[in-house]
Amino acid sequence: MNKNLIEVKNLQKYFEVSSGVFSRNKSIVKAVDGISFNIPHGSSLGLVGQSGCGKTTTARALSLLDPKTGGEVSFYNEDTSSMESIDELDGEELKNFRRNIQMIFQDPYESLNPRWNIKDIILEPLNIHNIGNLSDREEAVYEILKTVGLTPPENYMPRFPHELSGGQRQRVSIARTLIMKPKFVVCDEPTSMLDVSIRISIMDLMLNLAKDLEVSYLYITHDLAVARYMCDRIAVMFNGKIVEIAETEELLNNPIHPYTKRLISSIPIPDPTYTREEYKVDFNELEGIISGNKEGKDMIEVSKNHFIATHDVKGLL
Amino acid sequence: MKNQKDIAKDIRRKALKKNWSMFRQSKLGMIGLYIVLFFLFLSLLQPFLFITGIWNKGVYDPVVGYSEQFQEFLVVECPTEYPTDKYKSRSDCPGKLEVNVKTLFYSDAQVGETIVQNLQPAPPSSKHILGTDSLGRDVFSQVMEGSQVAFLLGLLSATLGVGISTLLGTIAAFFGGKVDAYLMRQSDLILMLPTLPLLFIISAFAELKVWHLAVVLGTIGGLGGSVITIKSQALQVKVKPFVDSARITGGSRMNILFSHVLPNVAPLALLFMVFSVTGAIASESVLSFLGLLNIDMSWGLMIYLAQVEGFIFSGMKFWWLILPAGLSVTFLAGGFYLVGRGLDEVFNPRLRKR
Amino acid sequence: MNILEVKNLDMNYETLEGNVSAVKNVSFSVKQGESFGIVGESGCGKTSVAMSLLQLQADNGKITNGEILFNGKDIVSLNETELRDIRWSGISIVFQGAMNSWNPVVKIGEQIREAIREHYPNKSKEDNTNKINELFEIVGLDSSISERYPHELSGGMKQRAVIALALSCDPKLIIADEPTTALDVVIQDQILKEIRKVQDILGLSLIYISHDIAVIAEMTDNMAVMYAGSIVEMGKTKNVFANPQHSYTKMLLESTPSIVGEKKKLRSLDGEPPSLIDNDNCCLFSYRCPNPTDNCKDRTVEMQLIKFDDEHYVDQCCKDCG
Repeated sequence: MNKNLIEVKNLQKYFEVSSGVFSRNKSIVKAVDGISFNIPHGSSLGLVGQSGCGKTTTARALSLLDPKTGGEVSFYNEDTSSMESIDELDGEELKNFRRNIQMIFQDPYESLNPRWNIKDIILEPLNIHNIGNLSDREEAVYEILKTVGLTPPENYMPRFPHELSGGQRQRVSIARTLIMKPKFVVCDEPTSMLDVSIRISIMDLMLNLAKDLEVSYLYITHDLAVARYMCDRIAVMFNGKIVEIAETEELLNNPIHPYTKRLISSIPIPDPTYTREEYKVDFNELEGIISGNKEGKDMIEVSKNHFIATHDVKGLL
Repeated sequence: MKNQKDIAKDIRRKALKKNWSMFRQSKLGMIGLYIVLFFLFLSLLQPFLFITGIWNKGVYDPVVGYSEQFQEFLVVECPTEYPTDKYKSRSDCPGKLEVNVKTLFYSDAQVGETIVQNLQPAPPSSKHILGTDSLGRDVFSQVMEGSQVAFLLGLLSATLGVGISTLLGTIAAFFGGKVDAYLMRQSDLILMLPTLPLLFIISAFAELKVWHLAVVLGTIGGLGGSVITIKSQALQVKVKPFVDSARITGGSRMNILFSHVLPNVAPLALLFMVFSVTGAIASESVLSFLGLLNIDMSWGLMIYLAQVEGFIFSGMKFWWLILPAGLSVTFLAGGFYLVGRGLDEVFNPRLRKR
Repeated sequence: MNILEVKNLDMNYETLEGNVSAVKNVSFSVKQGESFGIVGESGCGKTSVAMSLLQLQADNGKITNGEILFNGKDIVSLNETELRDIRWSGISIVFQGAMNSWNPVVKIGEQIREAIREHYPNKSKEDNTNKINELFEIVGLDSSISERYPHELSGGMKQRAVIALALSCDPKLIIADEPTTALDVVIQDQILKEIRKVQDILGLSLIYISHDIAVIAEMTDNMAVMYAGSIVEMGKTKNVFANPQHSYTKMLLESTPSIVGEKKKLRSLDGEPPSLIDNDNCCLFSYRCPNPTDNCKDRTVEMQLIKFDDEHYVDQCCKDCG
């Protein structure tokens, strides 16, 4: 069995922007400019970056919401025991394929249809894919509500989203996402709009469910501390490209790329006695690595499973 | 232990109560609602009165009823020169309860005798609260009949119009591209058309009955400007995360259109519906007033008859032929508009004061 | 010398559903030159406190009790004209999302000038220009920004301009309500450094409001923790972090992931924040407290901050929770 669930090679998503009178000037915005990563079965990758770096665009391309401009995305196909590119999927296959990828959104207030009740919201995936009969489906909804902590389920099933709190709504989103037992879930900052005191309970819920159901996930966030809590590996994204990717503790203890170092040094620490080290952007180490890049590779492995991007970032930092 | 159905009912009740209390906050909305309810009561009152026999259909039917109103008149002879000691000027003869012998064609009565004549249109009396028109028909009954017509016409055309515009607007937003471009151009074209002159032209070719009018008004309204507004609302819904969520789950486009986008556009559509009733009622009264509508009785027709028979320029002498109908149109059309304003505050949280 | 003293402040909002007690019996003081932090989650009342200080709360909000002493003078009873004198030249405020409140059709410099003219109508145009350039230098902006329109600036630059605007009339106290929420972490770091620098140069007092305890830890000398409209713990920042007394404070500290230190198991709260309508004066946190005592369930024990240690106060309910 191939150990990777997803392999992304050189993913690109460009947008055409027209400006000027009569939309004459067309320019291209390279929101995602060639990123590559793998996610093994049952493991998680954090995609960390600041707003505008392309992480949400990546999420939308991976979950097949928006078509990609270029690059290859392959998923492991159980039947053929090999990696299959999503480009080769057509209508019916694509619909079946969608059972395996789901997404949890950031905004708990806008990610549930305000006119549907909770039961229907969670039932929808089962209805679309025609799983079981009606009573089986209702049973499944009942069980998953218990699993995500919304008990007693019969109190929640007839309610509408606006009657629930933000945290409860995210639990409903998680229930809806996981009822199909997908293999891969893209999480787009699911806790950033929730109160600080309940974030951990939602994150713990996701961690436990991922372990129980053997789900791999891509966790997108701007908060490195959250990525540390949730993910085995972290990729740092900047300006449409991944600049560094490594296992979590390795990245935090031994960052190499100047952008990563600057990011880490800017994060406030919840301890008044801790003094942060200031970091002055310094390209020497990066240049040393780039000069050693004889084969012209995009990413160079500087230590086990720890990669650095070689493209020029001097003018951007 | 409550089961699901009970809980669902509780929740529905609570939501309705909350919306109702919000609506009550709007003074305009409440005034409008009282007006609409009043006219609704009138519409229902008339058949009730007939069915229970309180009103004799022969007398009170708004179209074919006839009420005899007799009055005694003194026969006089009007002099040729004025002033005299009895009459100051020509317009004083014949006086209020007098009739000039020279105008009597069907009677042999002589000066000094009293004759009995039919007095139509009769002013309000205890038998007829708003009097009768020139054909002896009870005006109050006519107002109630007109109310029925207004409601039916208004609601029919509004429903049709809103149904069309919601469907088209949502389709335009959802499919985009050529479909959207075509629908927007069609909408622009219809917006340009002046509705009333168009109705005049139509009435020249075909006989317009009430429900014909409803269909025409509904269709024109539905294809016009409201398509654009509904489209913009649908566009906002289309980009919400829950629509993305449905797409990721694997829902088909039609599925998403009908189960996700349309229900969220519906509140706005309801608002439009209420506002378009106003236009429908006003249009009907204008058309009837111009005599272009084939209808037995409506408020517009009442004013039409008053004008054709020359009573409009009599000042306040025959006020009951004009005021009830005119005020009814104004109030009911305005009432629906105010209800729409009140509903707007419920559906649009930003307008709420608290 | 206390530049601001708040005593027993109560503020309610009248709504359709009832009276919402947004601020309940809040008392604290800020010394000259000091940084005071107020930390809490959404709905705890911290923004309501900030708005009450300058009487900028919504129309249906009323201060029903308490005193706010600015430089020894009570400002609750002032009328609108007298308040205008204090606003901006005594106390100024940087709102949440303030960078989006620039008028898009007026140049930045002109908008700051407008503020200065309100308070110092007699100053010459040249004086004002010099002042603005000074302010920009303090916050790290180029003086050419004066001639630019808001849409030409990035988020970070707009926020720095907002700080310059807040400083334009030489206030003694600045209230900063989540001034860096929408900004990137790198820009946030720069802005926080600027604020500290400005404080040092001008000797300003600062009230910093946030839900992020990491920022409070770095930016403040003293702090207060708010929950459901009341202060549950207050004291020197170092003390509160080193030895938190109230269950809520402990919970806040234990639920924040960090990138330094050991990766430990974090805690979380169950349930939701309470409704603020028609409550009694007892501890509203007791419903969610992980280890409530019998005291907590007794609804006769009123909330009251009592001294726990030197410069460290906690609500009397939690004093013996340990």
